Amino acid sequence: MSSQTFAASAALDGPDWFRQFRQAGTEAFAAATRPDTDQEIWRYSRIADLDLDGFGPAGSLVLPVPDGLDADLADPAGVAVVENGRVARCRLSPELAAKGVRFGSAAGLDHAEQYVGQVIGRSEDALAVANDAFGSDPLVLVVPRGVTVGRPIVVVDWASAPGAAVFSRLVVRAEAGSSVSVVHLQRSDSERCWLAPVVELSAANDARLGYTVLQDLGRAAWQTATLVAEAHQQSTVDVVAAAFGGEYARLRLDLRMLGRGASGNLAALYFADGEQMFDFRTLQDHRAPDCRSDLLFKGVVDDRSHSVYSGMIHVRPEARGTNAFQTNRNIKLSDEAWADSVPNLQIENNDVRCSHASTVGPIDEEQRFYLESRGVPTRRAEQLIVSGFFDDVAARLPADELRTRIAALVGAKLGEQR
Amino acid sequence: MSSVLEIKGLRAAVGGKEILHGIDLRIASGEVHAVMGPNGAGKSTLSSVIMGKPGYEVLGGTVTLDGQDLLSLAPWERAQAGLFLGMQYPTEVAGVGVVDLLVEAARSAGRDPSAVPAAVAAEAERIGLDVKLLLRSLNVDLSGGEKKRNETLQLAVLRPKFAILDEIDSGLDIDALRAVAQRVEAATEEFGLGVLAITHYHRLLDELKPDVVHILARGVIVTSGGPELAGQVEVDGYAAFAAAG
Repeated sequence: MSSQTFAASAALDGPDWFRQFRQAGTEAFAAATRPDTDQEIWRYSRIADLDLDGFGPAGSLVLPVPDGLDADLADPAGVAVVENGRVARCRLSPELAAKGVRFGSAAGLDHAEQYVGQVIGRSEDALAVANDAFGSDPLVLVVPRGVTVGRPIVVVDWASAPGAAVFSRLVVRAEAGSSVSVVHLQRSDSERCWLAPVVELSAANDARLGYTVLQDLGRAAWQTATLVAEAHQQSTVDVVAAAFGGEYARLRLDLRMLGRGASGNLAALYFADGEQMFDFRTLQDHRAPDCRSDLLFKGVVDDRSHSVYSGMIHVRPEARGTNAFQTNRNIKLSDEAWADSVPNLQIENNDVRCSHASTVGPIDEEQRFYLESRGVPTRRAEQLIVSGFFDDVAARLPADELRTRIAALVGAKLGEQR
Repeated sequence: MSSVLEIKGLRAAVGGKEILHGIDLRIASGEVHAVMGPNGAGKSTLSSVIMGKPGYEVLGGTVTLDGQDLLSLAPWERAQAGLFLGMQYPTEVAGVGVVDLLVEAARSAGRDPSAVPAAVAAEAERIGLDVKLLLRSLNVDLSGGEKKRNETLQLAVLRPKFAILDEIDSGLDIDALRAVAQRVEAATEEFGLGVLAITHYHRLLDELKPDVVHILARGVIVTSGGPELAGQVEVDGYAAFAAAG
């Protein structure tokens, strides 16, 4: 990101508040420490291979949005299509619009400044700050007090910008007592690009907020994604992340427990093959009493791929009565594949219940033999075991269509490579 | 059509240590053979080697089904050739249901998978297994008796030519034992199942009537005889046979 791109950023249009937001982001990005692997948060990563200066701003799409990108979700409550970080189309069921649900580009929504950038604040992560500086068109969803959105809202996030950097942003606010589930589908073309999406989620008191992201990027894409979620009193935040694509795909996921009695569930399933690297950094940040957070990340690495899970449970002094758990399990399908699993605890209150568990190993030989002894060929037995391994995470997905889509992606990975 | 499972001079090792020193058995369709023996005799090794479980090394001998060499086949190929192993400790497989498994087994063997769910339901009824349990992951949260009923259900749906039952009577109550034994016994009539029942105790054989009883001790079959041999073991214990071997 050279000075010329700063200039480009300043020239972007939008409401005054947003131009100021970007201007502040631009200054913060200029001052931010660039990531390198000496920093703990970037340890094990491939960040040294990412030359930020090599990426220009994204223009219009080179390839159109492919068919079927919406995962064939039946009857969604709303659909937005984001192209190269810009909101191209957005529709919401009239019934929900009548109830005051707001969904669309921040530039066109009144008081969007109350939401954009409010959850993430000023990130310490330079690549998230880059989104503040260069992101041009945040998508905002606000569900008013007490409103239940029955069907998922779908966000299709498509990038076709060879050699460019793409900064999409999704901001979801579930007001008190409301309920909503968002499905975020991320795809890109087969060319190299750098995607630095930011997702901000906020569940107000007694709200239920579900967020599912299916990362199915092209195989040359680089992604450094940031997801920050906050849970207020008695609210529930459920996040499910599924990762399949990209050359290097990183997700930094911070869950902040801000109000008494809130609960958060973080789940992920990922399957890396070829030379892919998936890199997950999670923080369960307990800042209020009597909250519960539960993390379950399950991954498969094949060929020469590499995964990193590095997670922290941080229980602050004021967070008595915390229940916090993290579990990371990995199956290695090849000797050359590698999975790092690094759970951490930082506990500053005695009245807590916390646990962590992590495993890395090959397919269980006894399980394979059991299935084979019924006449199921080796490869198919392994497919069943891997699919079954993901089953408890897949069960948390908000729609059968997503389970079908993910089963197909898992099947394709198992079929293609072996 | 009658089939034959034939084991000749089978020698096998685990971890470099020879456990089976030359086993000879010949089982025809519809026959029930019991292999009895004390702990450490090599009973589970025998069943594992016949099915091709990893970790067992064949040192010599042959295992054939209607003349087809089984030892050169992968476990799934042996299963497709008509062999079934009912396990002493059925493995838990998270996220895979028994219907998923049997549908896949049918498809892999070129049989019609659409008939499987109904067959599973019918066999569950017959063996006394709550159909709700079938929705669970394989063997996860099942009692000892439920696991063995589940093994037997799979046997009945798959309809193999030969079943090796590795201590299918361990860890289950008398009702489950009877249900399992009766189902296997019936299968010998219904589809000519040949059975190699490996067991520690006599009680399985009260319901599953053996045609031949073999006593396995220290890796060899020391004696074979009729059903009365099982009763004799009950009275005399294995020590006498082991000494004779």
